[in-house]
Amino acid sequence: MAVLDGQPRPIPPTIRPTLGQRLMRWEVLLLLVALAIFVFNANASPYFLNPYNLSDATFNFTEKAIIALAMALLIIAAEIDLSVAAMLALASTAMGAAAEIGAGTPVLIVVGLATGLMCGAFNGFLVTRLGLPSIVITIGTLTLYRGLALVVLGDGVYKNYPDSFAWFGQGYVWWVFSFEFVLFLVLAVIFGVVLHLTVFGRWLYAIGNNPVGARFSGIRVERVKFSLFLLTGLMSGVASILLTSRIGATRPNIAFGWELEIITLVVLGGVAILGGSGTILGVVIAAFVMGLVTFGLGLLNVPGIVMLIFIGGLLIGVISLPVAVERLTRGRRGSG
Amino acid sequence: MGFLARNRDLVLATVILGLIIIVTAIRPTYIAPSNLRGIFNDTSILIILALGQMIVILSRCIDLSVAANLALTGMIVAMINATYPEFPVLLLPLIAAAAGFGLGAFNGFFVWKVGIPPIVVTLGTLAIYRGMIFIVSGGGTWVNSHEMTPGFLALPRTVFLGLPLLSWTAITIGVAVYLFMRFTRQGRAFHAVGGNPVAAVYAGLDVGRTQFIAFCICGTLAGLAGYLWISRFAIAYTEIAAGFELQVVAACVIGGVAIAGGIGTVPGAILGALFIGVVNNALPVIHISPFWQNAVSGAAIITAVVINARQGTRGGRLILRESHGGT
Repeated sequence: MAVLDGQPRPIPPTIRPTLGQRLMRWEVLLLLVALAIFVFNANASPYFLNPYNLSDATFNFTEKAIIALAMALLIIAAEIDLSVAAMLALASTAMGAAAEIGAGTPVLIVVGLATGLMCGAFNGFLVTRLGLPSIVITIGTLTLYRGLALVVLGDGVYKNYPDSFAWFGQGYVWWVFSFEFVLFLVLAVIFGVVLHLTVFGRWLYAIGNNPVGARFSGIRVERVKFSLFLLTGLMSGVASILLTSRIGATRPNIAFGWELEIITLVVLGGVAILGGSGTILGVVIAAFVMGLVTFGLGLLNVPGIVMLIFIGGLLIGVISLPVAVERLTRGRRGSG
Repeated sequence: MGFLARNRDLVLATVILGLIIIVTAIRPTYIAPSNLRGIFNDTSILIILALGQMIVILSRCIDLSVAANLALTGMIVAMINATYPEFPVLLLPLIAAAAGFGLGAFNGFFVWKVGIPPIVVTLGTLAIYRGMIFIVSGGGTWVNSHEMTPGFLALPRTVFLGLPLLSWTAITIGVAVYLFMRFTRQGRAFHAVGGNPVAAVYAGLDVGRTQFIAFCICGTLAGLAGYLWISRFAIAYTEIAAGFELQVVAACVIGGVAIAGGIGTVPGAILGALFIGVVNNALPVIHISPFWQNAVSGAAIITAVVINARQGTRGGRLILRESHGGT
């Protein structure tokens, strides 16, 4: 949204990056931040380097990170979805209502995923068929979905989930590796392959950089965007199953405010908020950075609300860093 | 349709009037002047915030930190009042506005000088400001009404010419922002910068500086709203107005402010806020559970956006879409 808006982006002199450019990548910077936090935490608290503690720490970011994977694709294609947490809440409410009338675990899974898909389809319909700005539409559907959850639940709570349902959020696949964490890694690999190794993935970058050009290249822009909204809805459904199963109860304010944390995570992962660039690896590393920061601060008895300052500061700091470095070097060159 | 497009504010005003008439048909007491005054007073803070947000959106930015700004400045003045009860109350709104100005300028600085997209900056500062409330209040303590001085609580409630000062503040700010946007060079600059930043540069406008000023104004109004909120609801704690930023943006959107910048009017933003206020106030009156409030405002936002987009100007994009549909 700088002055350059509406002008073509600067084209790099060469397509093939040099070694220096390869090392200066965003993911490398993030990885260094993650390592620094890891080392700092390991020194600051004796309880940090414990496999069981570290495993517990993954729970506080896997659900958000799973939604962030889909959100990354959406933002790369220059759209956004602010209703993810509300979709999660509505899916959780639907599952709770189904459990209340005695639905078994397989039915609950179907209900959760279907609710997410339906909400995503509604978002996608409004954005692609009616051509409306997604940031505005999803503020509306956020209020609507969260509102519907409130209408159904009121000030009540659903907690009659079958015992077998608890495995998704609390079960372990092997040793300290929880089902949630393994699922996140598997999904990350799938998303990475789709984004970076398939034609569909190339389309997303094309759409994000130049939707008109993409349309003239024969890409069905609207259809691709619609499928991304569907995917985001589906991932919100998945996250809803995990979170509901983990805490074993549904209240209307479940996952309140997560949409902003998820977008923070995606942006921290190096995805340009204006679309057109970003990698899944970056998002995955950013998820670990966020997880390590909150876990490390938690071990140091920093209250959750103060962690917000660190997360916000991290977001602005990490994004300002390359700009600040460039300013400094250019300034020195200019004066010298 | 052309008439409707040109008189979007009139349409919205008609819709609001229609709503009031429908509710009155069910509950005749709804139209009582005292009730209407109450609705306006309840909506005053939303109006003030929507006006600031409108200027930011006009200049092609967005400020998601307004609610956190409000809560932080509110906590600051509440702490001052609770710790130094002899501190003159009349200075507190000024302190709140100044603190809000600082927080807004902080946002604007990163947008202007560092060039980070506004949505990213304000997502970050939203978290930072919210977290700082905890630190300012010394560990998340609440400031309750009995710790606030009577003067602190009475100021926005003081009735002047039949309306509380809170309502008068909203009216004054509405008129001031209208005059500012209509008759000053700076006011016109926001439209120009948001409508076409490249053309604005050629016209000699500093785009970054204009956006910085927009954030400063928005922050100042949010700060002032912080004092008003705390003293009206007589309590200050960390979670105050959490999520309110989206309602503020929604008020602008319902009022016809284009999220892409450049289009929007002061009456529109005020009517957008009033629409939300009327809907929220009407539901309990006609015995619909307040739990419906969110669902109804969500549906209203979507409807408003769909209608606004239908009325909006259609440029070259239309040709593309038709040729696309033809293949």
